[in-house]
Amino acid sequence: MTEDLKAADRVLRLPPRFPAPRAWWICFGFALSLLALFFISVGWLFGHGPGIWGNNIPVGWGFPIANYVWWLGIGHAGTLISAMLLLLGQDWRNSLNRFAEAMTLFAVSCAGLYPILHLGRPWLFYWMAPYFNTMNVWPQFKSPLTWDFFAVLTYLIVSVLFWYIGIIPDLAAARDRAAKMRWKIFFGLGALGWRGQATHWARWQQAYRLTAAIAVPLVVSVHSEISLLFAAGPVPGWVSTVFPPYFVLGAAFSGFAMVSMLTVWLRWMLDLHALVTPRHLDMLGCLLLSTGMMTAYGYAAEMFSAAYAGGKEAETLFDRFGGPYAWSYWGAIFFNFIPLQLLWWRRLRVTPIVLFLIGCSATAGMWMERYMLLVSSLYRDWLESSTGYFHATFWDWGLFLGTIGLFLTLFLLFVRFLPVISAFEVREEAADG
Amino acid sequence: MADSGPIFAVLAVFDTPRRLLDAARAIRAQGFRNVDAFTPFPVKGLEQALDLSDRRVPAAMLIGGIVGAASGFLMQVGTSFDYPLRIGGRPLVAVPAFMMIAFELMVLGAVLAALATMFISNRLPRLHHPVFDADGFDLSADDRFYLAILADAQFDRDEAGKALAALNPDAIIDVRARPRA
Repeated sequence: MTEDLKAADRVLRLPPRFPAPRAWWICFGFALSLLALFFISVGWLFGHGPGIWGNNIPVGWGFPIANYVWWLGIGHAGTLISAMLLLLGQDWRNSLNRFAEAMTLFAVSCAGLYPILHLGRPWLFYWMAPYFNTMNVWPQFKSPLTWDFFAVLTYLIVSVLFWYIGIIPDLAAARDRAAKMRWKIFFGLGALGWRGQATHWARWQQAYRLTAAIAVPLVVSVHSEISLLFAAGPVPGWVSTVFPPYFVLGAAFSGFAMVSMLTVWLRWMLDLHALVTPRHLDMLGCLLLSTGMMTAYGYAAEMFSAAYAGGKEAETLFDRFGGPYAWSYWGAIFFNFIPLQLLWWRRLRVTPIVLFLIGCSATAGMWMERYMLLVSSLYRDWLESSTGYFHATFWDWGLFLGTIGLFLTLFLLFVRFLPVISAFEVREEAADG
Repeated sequence: MADSGPIFAVLAVFDTPRRLLDAARAIRAQGFRNVDAFTPFPVKGLEQALDLSDRRVPAAMLIGGIVGAASGFLMQVGTSFDYPLRIGGRPLVAVPAFMMIAFELMVLGAVLAALATMFISNRLPRLHHPVFDADGFDLSADDRFYLAILADAQFDRDEAGKALAALNPDAIIDVRARPRA
C-alpha cells in the first residue's frame, strides 16, 4: 500500500475518528459566537431597517454590496481550482478541490444573503424572480441587478450540484468503511446507493467533466456581471470597460488567498501532511502570485484608462490617491501586492505560516479594494448637495463579522462530518502511477 | 438470507485494476454480453474493455443548454412586450442586454439536464441493491475490483462461474436478489 493510499484511507475515516476534537471545538465555539452576532445583527436589522447601517444617500451601497462582492469573489477560486485544473489534467488538485468547493458553497451563501438583507423589505426578495403575478409586472431585464439575480442563483445551484456529485463516491466508500451503524446510515443516505458500477462511472465521468467544462465560463460570466453592477452605471470611477476582467481576476486572487489560508489551517489541524505536501503549498503560492500580479495589472489598466479619459474620471482617480478614503486605496495596494512579492521565493511559498499570513493580507487587501471602489465613487458628486461621507456603524461590522461566523460554522461542520479530500481521485491517481 | 433469493450476478474479485481490465477483455472475448464491473474509482480503459458507449448524458446536456438559452431569451422578449418599459427611446427587445440571462439559463439547463440524465439512467438514488448483500463488497478497499456477469434470460450460473474462475480471480462471489416478502 503506497503512502497516498494510506492517506486516502485515513480521509475516509476522519469523520468517525476525528483526530483533533479539541482544536475543532475551540474553532467551532469561536465560529458559533460570531454566528450569534450574525443572528443578532440580522434581527436588529429586521426590527429597525437598513437605517442602522452607515449607508445613506449618496453612499447607498456601503458594506452590504462591498461584502457581497468580496464573498462572491472568494467563492470563485473553489470552482476554478476544481473545474479548471480537472480539465487541464492537474492531478495535484485532488488534495485541494473538495474543501475548496465547500468554501465556494459557503462563501456564495454568505454573498447571496447580503443583497437580500440590503433590500429594506427583505421578505419581498422574490420580486426579483419573473413569475406570473396579480400586479402584472415583470422584472427589468435590461438591468444588471436582474442579471445578477440569475447569475448568482445559477452559480449557487451549479456549485452545489458539482460539489455533491463529486462527493458521492467518497460517501459510498466512507459508508463501506464505517464501523458504527449511525455513520453507515448517514453516509449511506448521502451516497444515494452508489455502488461503483462501471456503467455508472462512465456516465458519472461524462456528467462531472462536462459540468466542470461549463463551470469555468460560468465563473467568468458571474463575476463579469457583478462588475457590470458598477460598470453599467454612468458613475466616474465605475463606468469602465476594464471592470469585467479586472473583477474576475481580483475574485480569483482573493479566493486563492482564502484557499491558501484554509489549506494551511486544515493541514495543521487534521494532520494532512501526507496529502497536502509542500508541492501543494508551492502551487498555491504560484497561483496566488500570478493572479495577484494580474490583479496588479488590472489596477494599472484602470489607472491608465482613468488618466487617459481625463475630466471627472481623472478627478475621481486623484481623489482616491489623496482624498478622505485614500487609506482604503493605499491599504488595498499595500496589503494586496507588497507581502505578495515574498512568494517569488520558493522557500517562502512552502512555509505554511508565510503562505497563511500572505493569504490574510490579500483577503484584507481585496476587501479594502471593494470598499474603496464603492465608497470613493459615490460619496462625492459634482454638486455640494450630493456629498456625504460614509462611516460604518457597529451593525455594519456586526453583520460582516457575523457572515464570517456563518462561513466558519458551515465550513467546520463540513470538516467534521464529510470527507474533506477527494479520496477516490487520490486513489485513482495512485493506481495510475 | 443472502443465499435464498434468485441469482442476480456472479462476481469475480481482482486485486488490481490491471487484472480487472485483462479479465474484462477476456470475458467479453468469450461472448458474454451482460458484463459489468464494480470499482472504487473510475478505472481508465474499462469503458472500452466493456464496450460501454452511452452518449445520453452529453446529448441531454446539449438539449438542456439549447432549451435553457432559448427559454431564457424568449422569456425576456415576451415579458418585454407584456410589460413594456419604454425608457430613453431604447429598443424594447435589446438583444445584447438579454444575452447575460440567456447564457446563465443555458448553463443551468445544461447542468440540470446532464445530472438528471446521469441519475435517471443510473437508476439512482436507491436505498438498496443486491451487491450490498454480497460478502465482502467494499468500495473502501484498495484491492477489491469486481468483474460481474449479470443474470439475464440466457444466464447459466455454472457456465458464468466457470468462465470467471478460469481468469484466476482472488474469489468468486454469488450475488442473490432478496426474495420477495
